[in-house]
Amino acid sequence: MELVCPAGNLPMLKAAVDHGADAVYIGFRDDTNARHFAGLNFNDKQIAEGVKYAHDRRVKVFVAINTYAQPNGWERWTAAVDRAAGFGVDAIILADMGVLDYAAERHPNVNLHLSVQGSATNPAAIGFMQRHFGIKRVVVPRVLSLPQVAHLIAETTVPVEIFGFGSLCVMVEGRCLLSSYASGQSPNTFGACSPASHVEWRDTAQGQETRLGGVLLERRAHGEAAGYPTICKGRYRVEGELRHAIEEPTSLNTLDILPDILAAGVSAIKIEGRQRSTRYVTQVAKVWREAIDSCKRNPQAFRPKESWNQILAQVSEGAQTTIGPYERTWH
Amino acid sequence: MSDLNHSAPRLSLGPILYLWPREQVFDFYAELLETPVDVIYLGETICSKRRQLKPEDYWELAERVIAAGKQAVISTLALIESDGELKTLKRICADQRFMIEAGDLAALDFLEGRSFVAGHSINLYNQRTLAFLAARGLKRWVMPVELGRATAADLLQQRPEGVECEVFAFGRLPLAYSARCFTAYNRGLGKDNCEFCCGDYPDGLTVTTQEGQEFLSLNGIQTQSASTHTLLSALDEVRALGVDILRISPQSQHTAEVVRTFASCLNEELDAVEGTARLREWAPSGLCDGYWTGQSGYRVGLPG
Repeated sequence: MELVCPAGNLPMLKAAVDHGADAVYIGFRDDTNARHFAGLNFNDKQIAEGVKYAHDRRVKVFVAINTYAQPNGWERWTAAVDRAAGFGVDAIILADMGVLDYAAERHPNVNLHLSVQGSATNPAAIGFMQRHFGIKRVVVPRVLSLPQVAHLIAETTVPVEIFGFGSLCVMVEGRCLLSSYASGQSPNTFGACSPASHVEWRDTAQGQETRLGGVLLERRAHGEAAGYPTICKGRYRVEGELRHAIEEPTSLNTLDILPDILAAGVSAIKIEGRQRSTRYVTQVAKVWREAIDSCKRNPQAFRPKESWNQILAQVSEGAQTTIGPYERTWH
Repeated sequence: MSDLNHSAPRLSLGPILYLWPREQVFDFYAELLETPVDVIYLGETICSKRRQLKPEDYWELAERVIAAGKQAVISTLALIESDGELKTLKRICADQRFMIEAGDLAALDFLEGRSFVAGHSINLYNQRTLAFLAARGLKRWVMPVELGRATAADLLQQRPEGVECEVFAFGRLPLAYSARCFTAYNRGLGKDNCEFCCGDYPDGLTVTTQEGQEFLSLNGIQTQSASTHTLLSALDEVRALGVDILRISPQSQHTAEVVRTFASCLNEELDAVEGTARLREWAPSGLCDGYWTGQSGYRVGLPG
């Protein structure tokens, strides 16, 4: 089982490589990837250096080009695919059927992975993508329970990658428009959920408010902890009651079920967080490397170390973590 | 491009997105068959646990739609997770009598090689995807709802021969799907023992911000906008672009009147300002059109 770590810049890439990643995933500095944040991502010089650094240490590099191209700007996506292929990366992670079609035709020897943003959650969807675009891996959306993941793996010949740690998308990735409903920009169209330029933090007499595109997502007491505001983690009134109507501000941590993930036949486990820091990826890569190695040696005896969970808790967004949809009761 | 190049768009009725009692569903279609809607989409698209109507019931309704001189299209689940869902989907897609609307990518696997419709939950954002699917049997696509008029115009200029374009023109916007049932979650229930509580909310469960803005509507695993999206004020533009079909999404009240209002405006018997004023009466959380005009979806950018 491969450990796939995020890198938002060259120092993060090097940290991930140095601390146990089997692969790192990166993006270009534009809206062709789903972490299109100011100051983040790679220019050509940095990619060349990053690929060399990783390959010299036998670590793979994947490039995410996983947003949806519109006619106006289409060439940006095809150019991104050509650039990624030119750098000799180990795989390109794509979501858009049009871009997949282009990549499969133009670069038949480059490995294509179906991004989580591609929304394939069943063997028929994955089979369709495999038949037409020859995908070599699928990253599955966070909607399946672990038994469902295991069943999916048995039903498809495409290796399956799942998210193991980081921010938790509550909705099927690639089919969530909540961000654009409030801000005009979504992961699909712009490469960001809750784009920072549309987020406002305000101290008012009633408390601290966070807004997206003018919509009030949260109003909390002064001093109460606040995560990055997304619509799905906001607090609203439902039938007169104030609550997190969609999900609590939690993040994903699957360390506790790692033996089951391994037994399910998962090919790769992905760490979310290209927008996070070098410290984040260092800590998370270290813990997960150790955990995966220990679990592989003796899955029956595997227990997450207290120190691992402490380290992960320090770098988690929000105070709580959850196994999320992998556990049926979450549904 | 002049208005004269294109005939007026036809009207469609989208699938019922909510859990309504069986009798109400049949009554609803009996009423809507009498309206000037040209295409009717039938089928469960949200939750496989809702079985008050089976595929056979929808097929029977489809025969009635055809007998009324309209086109019937069978819609399918937007999110396929389980074997059971996949099996039902396969069975629906194996039926050759009716056109089928794909909701999940899985449906494309089963529909390839025959005529089909790509629903708005299939991510068709560009001309290459359009051409790719057209080569596999696509005859119509429903634009993803976050795409506005600029992208619609570009896609319509490059569309393959014989492929129709449908846009979501009235209703609460379908915004997201999840593994979690949010209706059950807010009632303190799990999805596996949901007690079909979504049936208590015939137009979804409204989520209001802490300052009183009616923001979202929870419908099982689907999250919708609370505001009702409408393109009634954009009919001239829609016609000039060459959009073929305008979708009206069913709501528990006034859907037939909404259809008649759109039809009257298309026939120029009613002007859009007056029509929109009527629609406002039937949109409990207000109207929006921001996606079409290239803004946040909840905003209003059209006159009227």
